[in-house]
Amino acid sequence: MDWLSKNLPYLMAGISVGGQYALIAIGYTMVYGILRLINFAHGDIFMCAGLIMVYSVTVMPMYLAIPFVLVTTVLIGFLVERVAYKPLRSAPRMSVMISAIGVSYLLQNLALYITGGLAQQYPTIPWISDVITVFGVTTKRVTVITPFLVILLVVSLVFLIQKTKIGMAMRAASKDFETSQLMGIKINSVISFTFIIGSFLAAVGSLLFFSNYTGVTPTVGAMPGLKAFVAAVFGGIGSIPGAVIGAFIIGISENIIKGLGWTTFSDAFTFALLIVVLICKPTGLFGEAATDKV
Amino acid sequence: MSKKTEVIINVALIGALFLVLFLLEQNLPSTHMLFTVLKKGAIYALVAVSMNLLNGFTGLFSLGQAGFMLVGAYTYGVLTIPVADRANVYMYFDGGLIQFALHPIIAIILAGALAALFAYLIGLPVLRLKSDYLAIATLGFAEIIRAIFQWDQLGPITNGSNLLRNYPSYKSVLFYFAASGVCIALIVMLINSTYGRAFKAIRDDEVAAEAMGINLAHHKRIAFVVSSFFAGVSGALLAMYQTSVQAAMFKSAMTYEILLIVVIGGIGSVTGSCISSFLFIILSEWLLRFLDTETYIGDFHVPLLRSGFRKVVFAVIIMIIVLFFRQGIMGTREFSVRSIYNKITGKSRKKEEGGAAS
Amino acid sequence: MSEKKREEVLKIDHMTMQFGGVVAVDDLNLVVRQGEIVSLIGPNGAGKTTAFNVVTGVYPPTNGAVYFNGREIVENHPRGKMKKLYNGEHAEDYTKTLAPTPDKITKLGIARTFQNIRLFKSQTVFENILIAEHMRRSSNLFTATLHLNAAEEKGMRSEAERLLGILGLEDVRDEMATSLPYGKQRRVEIARALATKPSLLLLDEPAAGMNPQETKELTEFIGQIRDDFQLTIFMIEHHMDLVMEISDRVYVLDFGKLIANGTPEEVQNDPHVISAYLGVQEEG
Repeated sequence: MDWLSKNLPYLMAGISVGGQYALIAIGYTMVYGILRLINFAHGDIFMCAGLIMVYSVTVMPMYLAIPFVLVTTVLIGFLVERVAYKPLRSAPRMSVMISAIGVSYLLQNLALYITGGLAQQYPTIPWISDVITVFGVTTKRVTVITPFLVILLVVSLVFLIQKTKIGMAMRAASKDFETSQLMGIKINSVISFTFIIGSFLAAVGSLLFFSNYTGVTPTVGAMPGLKAFVAAVFGGIGSIPGAVIGAFIIGISENIIKGLGWTTFSDAFTFALLIVVLICKPTGLFGEAATDKV
Repeated sequence: MSKKTEVIINVALIGALFLVLFLLEQNLPSTHMLFTVLKKGAIYALVAVSMNLLNGFTGLFSLGQAGFMLVGAYTYGVLTIPVADRANVYMYFDGGLIQFALHPIIAIILAGALAALFAYLIGLPVLRLKSDYLAIATLGFAEIIRAIFQWDQLGPITNGSNLLRNYPSYKSVLFYFAASGVCIALIVMLINSTYGRAFKAIRDDEVAAEAMGINLAHHKRIAFVVSSFFAGVSGALLAMYQTSVQAAMFKSAMTYEILLIVVIGGIGSVTGSCISSFLFIILSEWLLRFLDTETYIGDFHVPLLRSGFRKVVFAVIIMIIVLFFRQGIMGTREFSVRSIYNKITGKSRKKEEGGAAS
Repeated sequence: MSEKKREEVLKIDHMTMQFGGVVAVDDLNLVVRQGEIVSLIGPNGAGKTTAFNVVTGVYPPTNGAVYFNGREIVENHPRGKMKKLYNGEHAEDYTKTLAPTPDKITKLGIARTFQNIRLFKSQTVFENILIAEHMRRSSNLFTATLHLNAAEEKGMRSEAERLLGILGLEDVRDEMATSLPYGKQRRVEIARALATKPSLLLLDEPAAGMNPQETKELTEFIGQIRDDFQLTIFMIEHHMDLVMEISDRVYVLDFGKLIANGTPEEVQNDPHVISAYLGVQEEG
């Protein structure tokens, strides 16, 4: 019991952070599933969502700011795809990846310019930032509601993908890009829609994440972004449940490592995990194997 | 043009370059911006070429360059800090474990060697991965290297997350040009050798290369280790140039910058990487500086100009190049005395290459 | 010369290749003898290229072995997950795993071409052929980089030049390999394979996409290189006139199973072949 009460804060923080990673990871895994592209800019879109919140609360009330953040983030994600990835649709994969790195570089520098390089204080969102006590642990309400919200969003997303027409088109496109195009699927709308969902979830993730870690800096998206990507790979890239489970595992392990006093290695652990997964089971927990035809 | 004339012209041009640099150094104050640009440009040229060897010539999309530079920079710093200064630099670690100092040149070579050793070990698992997975795994390893070097437990050797400083450094721009030049020349010679041809075969088609009797694992490892060796050397040079070094600066953003330099120069062109390195440094450190300072023309406050704007402009230029000029400055072509000569005399490129394939 | 006296260059023993539950090659047994031209034919998806890929080390077979000049070069038996999935026979006959990478097989003297031409696209015809010399280098990384191997480098180049001459490719020497017309590209690919100095050459659909005239030229070309280079040739082909004209023997695969083998005439008249294969003959 003593052990539990000592480690419960870390466990809870882990579940909460894991849920936030999960929301980012879905964006990676869906884009990779369709375009076979590691969207290096996804973490920066998450950062943008944070910054937009910081600036929008200075001109509008909170109940408007939250939808405003969601809409503008979605718009950024949509524009990034249209401007930086769509023109390269027939280019080698390496070019698209470089373009993604370029976008990441641009967004970070833009943020640096706007913020002047100073960490911005994230506004306190009422109710979810309230301090509460659960099982004797004092924490913010966001820590507790994150996992539930994540599960709710993931279930509705899975429903969307399994039951709706656009969801079916998305599944077809990720199975076989060219053929689905031949079958009359409007591939560009499917891809745009994928980026819209990914950015929306990243925006929701940012609301939750920054309520806990309130400093928004231009590079704040890089680390959660990479971790979410690792989570996506860990779960089997292309698989949404895989990404979610992977994200929870990473979030929890990372916080347990912090709890053990190995904070320096909490980031390194994530990458070590990635490398082990890539080497032992490159397709991840739920991924499908693909072989090159000779 | 005979091969002999070409060699003579090249040697003469290099000689002239060093003479000009020497005269500049005699006549301009050593703090002049030009020297900053030239030194940093030479260092970046080396690391960009080393990355191009992997990404451009072997087709291995690796993003570990910053990690290997870090290994090189630290090896240099740790091995050359004078014994007398160690107590001061390693103040949190009782002067550190290492109580000797090596000659800078030996330390630079060791810096490359240690980076190469790291690359060898990392390469064992990751080089089996393909394209984007390799990219993310090397990026991950670079982050792990950074975490390890900042680890307090290793403080007696690495000084933890504190600065390394007080190590010796060469001030003359000639040194940086010579060191970087020799290394780039070695890389070019490798690319032009039978190994270089094997690398290009792997880049073009792995399956066919293997069917031609090229051992993939072996050659990929060679490319990875050699590239990292030179990344390590450039890290050492960077440490020297900056006179102090800290693990925190070798982030993935640094690798991205180097990658973008390579892309701007042309993936698969050594001279392209060199040109774009200098261009990148000249623009970012010097010519575009004005974008970062608030400016008034008369009473008119020029909009947008303030700290950070330079990098935004820069990023936009990079995106334009990535999207619309995918070949970069040079594509896969090389800039050489011969190519200029051929252009002037109007000789067909094809015939020349046939006659004198270097 | 009677068939018995000729040495077996390639022998495939009980080769089975299973991808998950799909059996691509099912218990294949065949022999190719010294100096022969042997064809492997069969409808699309019959497992012909898979058999080639196993012989050249692209993937290890699920079960079975391959011998080259009497020496075993590949062997495998169902392991791990495959143990349960495997539904063939002879699984107990093989006990070890011998799975060399393709470069090792090439070094032993087996060269191949590919169904969908795989030339090095950024390189000239000459450079494409020169690459084959790399595997016979005696220089190491340092001597090669420092250009201390000038004599060897010269030898490599003159060897590649010589081959271009023999194969009549001098006129396209400095063209980009992939800018050539299709038929020429096939020929360059064969030249490149020959540059590895093989004793056994595997051709994967060398006449694919060729018109009758080109096919005729290719037929002569294959016969000619067999004699000039003292080769044994094992090939996959769909063009029946080519197969019937130059093959000494023909093996027929259908759904991964060998359904007939013999001389071209024997195979042509085999009822199994007629029903399984010629009934759905390819156009062209």
